[in-house]
Amino acid sequence: MIEDPRSKMIRYITVYVILTAGAIVMMVPLLWTVSTSLKTRDKITIRRLELIPDPVAWENYPYLFEARPILKYTRNTMVIVVASLFGAWVPCTMAGYAFARIPFPGRNIFFGVLLATMMLPYVVRLIPLFLFFDEIGWTRTFGPLILPRLLGHNAFYIFLYRQFFRGIPDDIHDSARIDGCSEFGVWWRIFMPMSRPVLAAVSIFAFSFAWNDFLNPLIYLGSNKELWTLALGLNALQGFEGEDNSLNLIMVFSMLMIIPMLIVFYFGQKHLISGVTAQGSLKG
Amino acid sequence: MQASQKTLRTQHETTWKLRMQEWWFRNRALIGFAFIFPWFAGFIIFDLLPFMYNLYLSFTDYQIGTRGIPPWIGLENYIEIFTDDKLFGKSMYNTVYYLGFSVPLRLIFAFLIALILNLRVRGMELYRTLFYVPSVVPLVAATVIFAGFLNTRYGFLNQFLVLIGATPVRWLSSPDAIKPSLILLSLWGFGGQMIIFLAGLQSIPEDLYEAAAIDGGTGWQRLIYITVPLMTPTIFFNLLLGLIGGFQIFEQVFILIGTNGGPLQAGLVYMLHVYNKAFRDFEFGYSAALSVILFLIIFVLTILLVYTSNRWVFYGDSQDDET
Repeated sequence: MIEDPRSKMIRYITVYVILTAGAIVMMVPLLWTVSTSLKTRDKITIRRLELIPDPVAWENYPYLFEARPILKYTRNTMVIVVASLFGAWVPCTMAGYAFARIPFPGRNIFFGVLLATMMLPYVVRLIPLFLFFDEIGWTRTFGPLILPRLLGHNAFYIFLYRQFFRGIPDDIHDSARIDGCSEFGVWWRIFMPMSRPVLAAVSIFAFSFAWNDFLNPLIYLGSNKELWTLALGLNALQGFEGEDNSLNLIMVFSMLMIIPMLIVFYFGQKHLISGVTAQGSLKG
Repeated sequence: MQASQKTLRTQHETTWKLRMQEWWFRNRALIGFAFIFPWFAGFIIFDLLPFMYNLYLSFTDYQIGTRGIPPWIGLENYIEIFTDDKLFGKSMYNTVYYLGFSVPLRLIFAFLIALILNLRVRGMELYRTLFYVPSVVPLVAATVIFAGFLNTRYGFLNQFLVLIGATPVRWLSSPDAIKPSLILLSLWGFGGQMIIFLAGLQSIPEDLYEAAAIDGGTGWQRLIYITVPLMTPTIFFNLLLGLIGGFQIFEQVFILIGTNGGPLQAGLVYMLHVYNKAFRDFEFGYSAALSVILFLIIFVLTILLVYTSNRWVFYGDSQDDET
């Protein structure tokens, strides 16, 4: 079927118009955030649309560090992030490796259990876990937030690893074992280095889930300001002092939470796609 | 002399390796368990026991002052929920309203934009990034941004509406606008689903389209007979996760309109009701019963979706079937 060049042209233009309009709509909230974060106090309460800040108040950024314990929030968030990454790298890969490569008895049953927990909504565990941690005196500490992460309590990561490890050819595994490599050695010296794409994808997930977590820190750390994370700090800034005249500082804080995520996603972009395609293999 | 020593050593090494190998083989059950042990311990502590204890709690009257074993009250919590709790129906209605719009709209947007981006137009990477970036914004930040963006007086949206001569809306303080605002916020993050669709679209074999083109299939026919059927597993996946996630919407509402759910409680979603009962009123038994009901709804819905999926989800035929 030969297409008339003019209708082809029209189609191209339509595509670009749709894409550009859509992209603008999607970017407007972010542009507005950047712009508001750079406005002076009296400019944010002007009831007229003004996208380009005049004057540009760069001082809002250093000011927020004075007004709020941002570094403390960041350190507290990083504690959770590090625990999360450790869990994603060690116990989760080990479990994924065992499910993919070690034929131990009952493996399929355990794997079924793993899949079932992926469907278990968080809400049915919320109250018992809170009561349990309260009983052992762990509320107002990092304990309830770190312990599950250190144990690699995330079925989704284990599932992604298993899918990836299954794709590694048997020969590599066999020849390593014939050379006398232990299962531990195969996992650590052969599978881990080969798994960079899936490790990168899972690390991005682990980082962003820990960075974004709100409900758990709220329940366990809400009453202990010393251990507040960035998410809790931002919520407090907007909730309790969310007067309209601190809108610029709220947006500065938002930018501080967004920028690290953008950096992580920028560098992990191509691995993320492979992680996502591994997700797609759910259908298989 | 030297040579035989070498052989001896090699032999020694070989037997040692063989012995190791045998040991690993004999103990593979043990090793397998050792490898999954951390996860399994986590499963017992953080999944199984809490799940069972939650079920038990839902039949008790566990409140803040309760000491020792919480008193067993049978189905009383459940009876109260269904007969006496006005907020149960209200919060369920709000949640389903939110879901009913946000889930399908997000699916449609994500799918359509992914289709357009898959046309391999020039500058596709840039557009893909622009559509994807909002879904990378941390949820708390996204919500706070929307709180400002939708601010009645100083937010962008109303100022823009005024600029083009439309009437501004009290997005977060009028009962009619709260749920649409939440839906708007959820639509802003459609990029995650879009990327999954895009990955799915790019894995459709090119030769299918070529064959269709040779047979004179139009673009529309290719979409309906090739793309959509091959994408049904991805659509199913996104639909299921969207529904499960949508039922548990919490953070956005908590931050945007607070725990009481705003004027006329138009924004009181189900999870907020669960949260209030547990962490504001300290009626843990009652709240546990509410959470069990949510679990059952999600469970039944998942089963129904999976069960009906064989009717519309196309799980690619194997190579042999095609020939």
